[in-house]
Amino acid sequence: MCRPSVKAAKTAKAAKVAGSRAMEFMKPGAFKDNARNALADDNLRSALAMLNAGMIPNRQGAVDRLPEFDLLSQRGRELKDHVLGHLDYYLERFERNCKAAGGQVHWCSTAEDARQAVLKICRSVDAKSVTKGKSMVAEEIHLNQFLEQHEIEPVETDLGEYIIQLAEEPPSHIIGPAIHKTKDQVSDLFLKHHAKLGRTERQTEPPALVNEAREILRQKYFDADVGITGANYLIAETGSSIIVTNEGNGDLTQILPKIHIVITSLEKVVPTLEDATTFLRILARSATGQDFSAYTTISTGPRRDGDVDGPEEYHVILLDNGRSAMLGSEVHDMLRCLRCGACINHCPVYQSVGGHTYGTVYVGPMGAVLSPALLGVAETKHLPCASTLCGRCEEVCPVSIPLPKLLRQWRARAFEGGDTPQLERWGLSIWAFFARRPWLYGIGARLAMCGLAWLGRERGRLRNLWFAGGWTDGRDLPAPEGRTFQECWRQQQQQRQRQEQHGGGAV
Amino acid sequence: MSRDAILGAIRQSLGRLELSTDAKRGLNEHITKHRANVIPARAKGARADLLQRFQEMAEAVSCTVEHVSDEAAVPGAVAEYLRANNLPTQITLAPDAWLSGLDWDGQSLLESKSGPACIDDVVSVTPAFAGVAETGTLVALSGAGHPTTLNFVPDYHVVALKTSQVVGAYEEVWDRLRQANEQGRGFAMPRTVNMITGPSRTADIALTIELGAHGPRSLHIVLIDDEKAPG
Repeated sequence: MCRPSVKAAKTAKAAKVAGSRAMEFMKPGAFKDNARNALADDNLRSALAMLNAGMIPNRQGAVDRLPEFDLLSQRGRELKDHVLGHLDYYLERFERNCKAAGGQVHWCSTAEDARQAVLKICRSVDAKSVTKGKSMVAEEIHLNQFLEQHEIEPVETDLGEYIIQLAEEPPSHIIGPAIHKTKDQVSDLFLKHHAKLGRTERQTEPPALVNEAREILRQKYFDADVGITGANYLIAETGSSIIVTNEGNGDLTQILPKIHIVITSLEKVVPTLEDATTFLRILARSATGQDFSAYTTISTGPRRDGDVDGPEEYHVILLDNGRSAMLGSEVHDMLRCLRCGACINHCPVYQSVGGHTYGTVYVGPMGAVLSPALLGVAETKHLPCASTLCGRCEEVCPVSIPLPKLLRQWRARAFEGGDTPQLERWGLSIWAFFARRPWLYGIGARLAMCGLAWLGRERGRLRNLWFAGGWTDGRDLPAPEGRTFQECWRQQQQQRQRQEQHGGGAV
Repeated sequence: MSRDAILGAIRQSLGRLELSTDAKRGLNEHITKHRANVIPARAKGARADLLQRFQEMAEAVSCTVEHVSDEAAVPGAVAEYLRANNLPTQITLAPDAWLSGLDWDGQSLLESKSGPACIDDVVSVTPAFAGVAETGTLVALSGAGHPTTLNFVPDYHVVALKTSQVVGAYEEVWDRLRQANEQGRGFAMPRTVNMITGPSRTADIALTIELGAHGPRSLHIVLIDDEKAPG
């Protein structure tokens, strides 16, 4: 016989405070101050350095091992475009098949609608405790804070999410929510929170830390009344949802409680199992550099006749929250996003400042494109500017989202809407004045270059520059040494013309 | 109502009304034909190559694989695995007709029970629906004979798989699944289809990969050779 579970009695009072602290991070307007603080945070720097050293070569290795990666990627992009063009049809088809399998579908226009739908389901079984697999849509609607306010204890079970729940912080990365935490910080957190559970020894090594969390969360899975997961895909053909995980927490979360709630958004639907398979082949490779994640789980409806485990109810929360308005708009392409996080891992700005700096749930290049669509441009105007437009994000995106182009569009929108600061507007007007008069621009550039070369004549670099302190505070500016870009360009073009005239081939 | 509002908003953004019957017919065909997209070369090949790839890929994600020549040898292999790894001798068997039909009582050292997993279970033994060579993935279907908890709750998961169940690509699993589950008016999925590629793992602490995050710490595959070479 299975041991009867002991209900964890915990008041939601302490947790209430926790929720509000995590919300304090949600200030995209504070990007500049956050960035300054992040750059001075040594713990963050060492955590981000590991990300850089690990994730990038891992992804490249996985891509190199699969010669068909680009073909799959291209097909994935086509499929997403096809689905987005017929989203109404596939969603209705999904709904019909989900219901036929005994599931329930809840259409939610706003975050509040989704929160209320979850609450209603939880109340139907008088839920005290809810286990949660990792879900970015749940983060997007700030579900934990809401559940706590209604005296329901949310228990994050993904190790990274569990760590940041203890730390009372939001995720700093869509794949690795606690990627900003060093091992020592996790040790401290566990000691602080687990001591009252009898774990008074400070563990310092990852295996012991992982094991401690495993043992503490085990009973919670069995005690929970409701299990909430996200979905990487919904399948129209079968009415199923798919989660892709490595820890197995998403599975324990959905098979042990009475009710399984899937929280997801409209654009996750794909037509068939075969189409989902195409995305599965590129998702893990782009995200973690694995050929396949440890657990890919396809869930369809509640438990069947004869089943001895599994949830008795299966609910799908289908959230819009601004997505239907993105369709056909200038950021339409963003709806293809698979949430793999490759753009985040490869972004030099993210690598320097980490995820919390953005002050939004979605971070990095994908976040800087998505957040203005979800929260408005005025609120998030700094985010599209937090990019060097180097183009790495677009290069590694498995569904070729033109992220730099979309970032530029938001910048233009912010400028048109008057959300750009006055100083920046003046600067841009001055630049535009010269840019429209190429001869004047040439003279100006030449003068500026000579001036800078003269200023840096001794060291070959400039320590301080009064109008570019943001640059020279952190590093020196190399002094120009020669010709302007336009001069070089002109000379190169002339050379090429000469070669062509003389019948010379390409060099 | 949110449903109609959302569908209406989608159509408005796409600049059209509800799709015509013809257009719907085309989309319905996409679903009913469920054509494969791109299948990588590594998912194709001769049987021997696929079986070898299955094992290599499974081992690359920290599975252990052992071969037995006959299904009758499975209980003995499980007992030996537990002994060699110094594990408790209590096992929870999936209540699957085929698996339960093997001679477990003949293993005097094994204590077996059957049913879903309990919180303290250490070892589970289950069948699987398929193995996929492409990534060394096991596919398990939920049902009366295979409670899903057995795949996730115990610390050690042992899977008995026949070589004839190993396919090259995921798509072949879907084909077999459709054949097995075609129920009169159409295809019905089991409640849960688990694609399992190695034991549970996490890299959430300092990007160090650790096995046994929440699911099994170890995944052992007993591969039964039921495809005898011709002649």
